[in-house]
Amino acid sequence: MRNLWIFISRYNAFFFFVIFFTIGIILCVKNNAYQKSITINSTNAVVGTAYERLNVIKRYLYLGRINDSLALENAQLKAALLNFKNSDSSATINVTDTLYHQQYTLYSAKVIKNSVNQRNNFITINKGSLAGIVKDMAVISPQKGVVGFVTDVSPNFAIIRSLLNKETLISVLLKKNNAFGSLVWGDKNFDIKKAFVKEIPNHYTIHVGDTIITSGAGGFPKGIEVGKVSKTQISTGDNFMTLEVDLFNDFSTLQYVYLIKDRLSNEQKNLEAKLPNEH
Amino acid sequence: MNTKVILINLFRWLLLLFVQIFLLRNIGFYNLSTPFIYTLFILVLPFNLPNLALYLLAFLTGLTVDAFYDTLGVHISACVALAFVRILFISVSLNRESIDEPEPSLGNMGFKWFALYAILCILAHHVVVFFLEAFKLSEFSYTLGRALTSTVFTFFMIVLIEFTFHNRKSV
Repeated sequence: MRNLWIFISRYNAFFFFVIFFTIGIILCVKNNAYQKSITINSTNAVVGTAYERLNVIKRYLYLGRINDSLALENAQLKAALLNFKNSDSSATINVTDTLYHQQYTLYSAKVIKNSVNQRNNFITINKGSLAGIVKDMAVISPQKGVVGFVTDVSPNFAIIRSLLNKETLISVLLKKNNAFGSLVWGDKNFDIKKAFVKEIPNHYTIHVGDTIITSGAGGFPKGIEVGKVSKTQISTGDNFMTLEVDLFNDFSTLQYVYLIKDRLSNEQKNLEAKLPNEH
Repeated sequence: MNTKVILINLFRWLLLLFVQIFLLRNIGFYNLSTPFIYTLFILVLPFNLPNLALYLLAFLTGLTVDAFYDTLGVHISACVALAFVRILFISVSLNRESIDEPEPSLGNMGFKWFALYAILCILAHHVVVFFLEAFKLSEFSYTLGRALTSTVFTFFMIVLIEFTFHNRKSV
């Protein structure tokens, strides 16, 4: 302590200088706006640079966490992409048939205009001749049920005459006993959930709840479920009876449809055209 | 004797500061060279003054100049630096026991010693003044140039004053 005191008193000039000079500098910086601003600015610059450096290190340390969050986000996006692909595929779906020649090819299409309230309803889809759609192709809905037939085709669009149309007539049969009939809509019935099966021979016993499927004639593959019988015994005064059917598909919420291309339909038509009694 | 020294110094202080504040404040060569002759007061303070008293006087002088120059702190720091250089130079160049002169004036010490002493002290003072005024190193050469030219100017004026007083005293 004593040595320290000797040291200080020997070099008192220097220590006094340090003390007084520091006071002078402090006064100078504290009381002059210009020097003050420069001091504060340069301090800020130093502090800012230090923080910037620190941030770089911090970011590096957080890379693991950021990686995790990005991987999570990637997974979510991938899942979304998969769903998207499933719902809006423009790819052609082939029914692979290894035993026989493939007869049917499915095209998916999106419904862009749909009507259910008219007496004769039509559906517009987003695919046309460029995508391979041709007239008279049968149209089914993705879940269960039939939709109608293609009536007009442009390069990028096609119009489907929906089942909810007086002109539409689809050949169906009862799954239980293979009784043939024709599925129609209209005739004082404008309920989009209901249709009629006409020309069922009277001798079949039919119960409520029997399933109606397509017969395989007229473009539809055989066995597509159309609806369930909801009323029987509607007398028409002749040998045929008419059944009321609850349709499986809901036309009002139709978003996507499948179009069915029958590779053998031309052959079938040509053959049938040779029949002498064809009207 | 002591009272006389104090009175002389007080008178010198008043006179130098008066000239500095009311005359030299308005003089300058293109803002490049400004004389600060009040430094002469600290230069020729008596040898036997304690360091603390020297620093306090330097501090007070700087404070007064700052008050009129509106640059609080700049001249205080400069005068303190000047006092430090003065103590250093005297302790290096003179043997304390052999000092028989009361104060380091031109007449007492001779031109050679006084010129070196004055130039070093003034340079320290001016460098501090101009760099504290600029307060940044980006215009380093310009600031240093101002300090150097002002040193020459101040030194010239101080030597002039010293010669005047010296002659009068000796006569």
